[in-house]
Amino acid sequence: MQCPRSTLALLVLLLPLAGCGSGDDESGAQGELTVLAASSLTDVYEELATSFEEENDVDVTFSFGSSTDLAEQAADGAPGDVLSTADSTSMQTAEDADVTGEVVDFATNVMVIVTPAGNPAGIESLDDLKGATWVRCADEVPCGKVAQGVLEDNDITAEPASLEEDVRATLDKVVSGEADAGLVYASDAVAAGDDVETIEIAGAEEQLTTYYTTTLEQSEDAELAQKWTDLLTSEEGGAALTEAGFALP
Amino acid sequence: MSEAPNGTGRPANLDVSVRVANRVEAAFTARPGEVLAVIGPNGAGKSSLVRALAGLVPAEGHARLGEVDLLQVPARDRAVGLVFQGQFLFPHLTALANVAFGPRARGTPRAEAEADAQALLDRFGIGELGERRPRQLSGGQAQRVAIARALATDPRLLLLDEPLTGLDIKVAMALRIELGRHLASYDGVTLLVTHDAIDALTIADRVLVLDEGKVAQLGTPAEVSQRPRTEHVARLVGLNVVRHEEQLMAFTPDAVVVTLQEPVGSPRFRWHGRVADVSPHGDAVRLMVHAEPDLIADVTPAAATELSLVPGREVWLSVKATAVRSYASGGR
Amino acid sequence: MRDPLGRPPVVLMVPAFLATLLLVVPLVAMVGATDWAELPDQLRSEPLRQALWLSLTTSTAATFICLVLGLPLAWLLARVEFRGRGGLRAVVTVPLVLPPVVAGIALRTAFGRTGVIGEPLLALTGFAFPFTTAGVVLAHVFVAMPFVVIAMEGALRSADKEYDAAAATLGATRWTTFRRVSVPLALPGILAGLVLGWARSLGEFGATITFNGNYPGVTQTMPNLIYVTRQSDQDAALALSMVMLIVSIGVLLALRDRWLGTP
Repeated sequence: MQCPRSTLALLVLLLPLAGCGSGDDESGAQGELTVLAASSLTDVYEELATSFEEENDVDVTFSFGSSTDLAEQAADGAPGDVLSTADSTSMQTAEDADVTGEVVDFATNVMVIVTPAGNPAGIESLDDLKGATWVRCADEVPCGKVAQGVLEDNDITAEPASLEEDVRATLDKVVSGEADAGLVYASDAVAAGDDVETIEIAGAEEQLTTYYTTTLEQSEDAELAQKWTDLLTSEEGGAALTEAGFALP
Repeated sequence: MSEAPNGTGRPANLDVSVRVANRVEAAFTARPGEVLAVIGPNGAGKSSLVRALAGLVPAEGHARLGEVDLLQVPARDRAVGLVFQGQFLFPHLTALANVAFGPRARGTPRAEAEADAQALLDRFGIGELGERRPRQLSGGQAQRVAIARALATDPRLLLLDEPLTGLDIKVAMALRIELGRHLASYDGVTLLVTHDAIDALTIADRVLVLDEGKVAQLGTPAEVSQRPRTEHVARLVGLNVVRHEEQLMAFTPDAVVVTLQEPVGSPRFRWHGRVADVSPHGDAVRLMVHAEPDLIADVTPAAATELSLVPGREVWLSVKATAVRSYASGGR
Repeated sequence: MRDPLGRPPVVLMVPAFLATLLLVVPLVAMVGATDWAELPDQLRSEPLRQALWLSLTTSTAATFICLVLGLPLAWLLARVEFRGRGGLRAVVTVPLVLPPVVAGIALRTAFGRTGVIGEPLLALTGFAFPFTTAGVVLAHVFVAMPFVVIAMEGALRSADKEYDAAAATLGATRWTTFRRVSVPLALPGILAGLVLGWARSLGEFGATITFNGNYPGVTQTMPNLIYVTRQSDQDAALALSMVMLIVSIGVLLALRDRWLGTP
């Protein structure tokens, strides 16, 4: 049975990885690629995986989560072929542990405001956050640092109702209607589709999030791993990324 | 006095006709101040009868105590005192608190209830044990507390479920005398369930014999012990009882003549059987003989040795017609 | 002095030893990995104090609510015969087997701002549970209640019913019997249930973070704080974990003999 494809980033961390069969499934693929990636890359990576699997006759297994966690795991030598993070600090952790190959920046992301469908609180800009129930990522996580930067740049002092542990949780609060607004990445807004309304933030490019990818030393098939990087920087990859709300560097 | 709905006021007659499904069916009356012993073998329904009167098991029929039918009233309003087999004193309360529990539950202020409780404990001779927990009391002391606890609510009907069972013989003897005294001055109706003949014979005014869920006999201790209608009671009082058609014949063990050869005389008064048990009984030796029916016979130690009366020995038993008391078996 | 019943069989000792190892080793490892020198500094940090205080107060409040609401329910299940009793007991047990995140989603569906009860509540009073400390207490009550009710029901059941009967014959109403007989006799088990509930509440994470979010001083309990700290500062997270471990063990030890002693 194929490894379940659509899972919330949170839950993926909780499911035992053993449950997602390693090489003993029925598709008869010749090899396997294990990708450790930041949660915000979930949708776009899964889409790219479809064509990658076909072209290379392999199974792609993902481990989505916080960049910090994944970089730590890779640094500890956890099995994996590719590591993609949403910030340079996490990638640095892995580099310092000498588990990385060539590091390539392949996409950027900006912060946007999202509101529940219908924008019940009538949010139009960051200034409208004052008095509303809004959420953002916690300071300790990359998307939280970006949000802080954006808020500072715009002299916003309003306090959020909650500091979520990752961007998906932030999005979840908005989609469910519990929060009037949230600060998430543009790619997350696209992924949420009609569940949210997106409002651009002027000058959000000042706080750009850059995505880095690398092959891992512990990869058992370096050639295959490199192919993933190649896919990301290819036209096909670029198109998928832009469609998902990312920008190209 | 408190205003329990069924009044702890004038003493009242008890008129019972109850049926507890699959357990017991009994009808009887009792006068205030009377002690009615309820005896019978295990499973006869003694406890069920008592629990039905207390309101702990469902029952049909009526149980009029004065002008109130107990069966129509929930247990807590019945003004009935029940001393449980095993006492069931509240383990987390002191003896004094146990005795004061009933009055306090009915609204008496704590100080008054505890003062009354202390007086009761004094009457039972255990006044200084008020502060002890039940686990710190001996069997006899616990039983006294249990009786005091039941009496503290001033009930018009007192039910005692095997109060002396399980006590040391000496303790039981002393308590029996005390109990007799207390019951003599108690003006309500008392039902005393027991499987000990002495209780029935010494304390009770009348005896109710239950057997297999039905009333087998109701009479004074003298009547019941001299003309027992059931084997159980006969054994209890140490009599032989033989049924012959509609007649019961009772005779004492020492009226039985034991021989090895078939005796002459009326075949009605002779039985053949095997010795099942031999034990000393006062100055005599008591034999338990398997015959039609089982009989007990007392012989002198000399005779026992002479006839080598040991278990397994085949013997003949006979009585003189003059030593036999005959009476009708039916009815009460 | 040798056990007169004989030596404990190996077939039982080995698994028992393994179980002990499994439970103890991670805790010992954590103690070993902690930078004890850093700990005093950590203790001074404001987020830690806020989170610790919040955890302790919400857990205690939740436990109190579990007592007030749960004890009557436990008594009902233990002492009163009624149709559907087994079904009620099963329903009460459900939060026990619910993954905490699912419990959070369930709470949100009911009490969230757009929830079945939450929406009218918001419209009527302007108050909503999410993102509030009250919401944290609510979530804790939801996950801890089954533990408390089950433990208390067990304790009430084990007290002999005959004592209740004795109280009845002495003239006590069922309420008086409950107060003066049933509860005192079942007290050790009742307290054990409350401690269990308190411990569960203290460790509660999934439902809280889903339903209430995470904000220092308001909804950031210790588990939440540890979780977000872990993202950026592993050592700090470890130190926080140690604090929580020490507090939890301290409370359990303090209660153990006095209240949880065998009845």
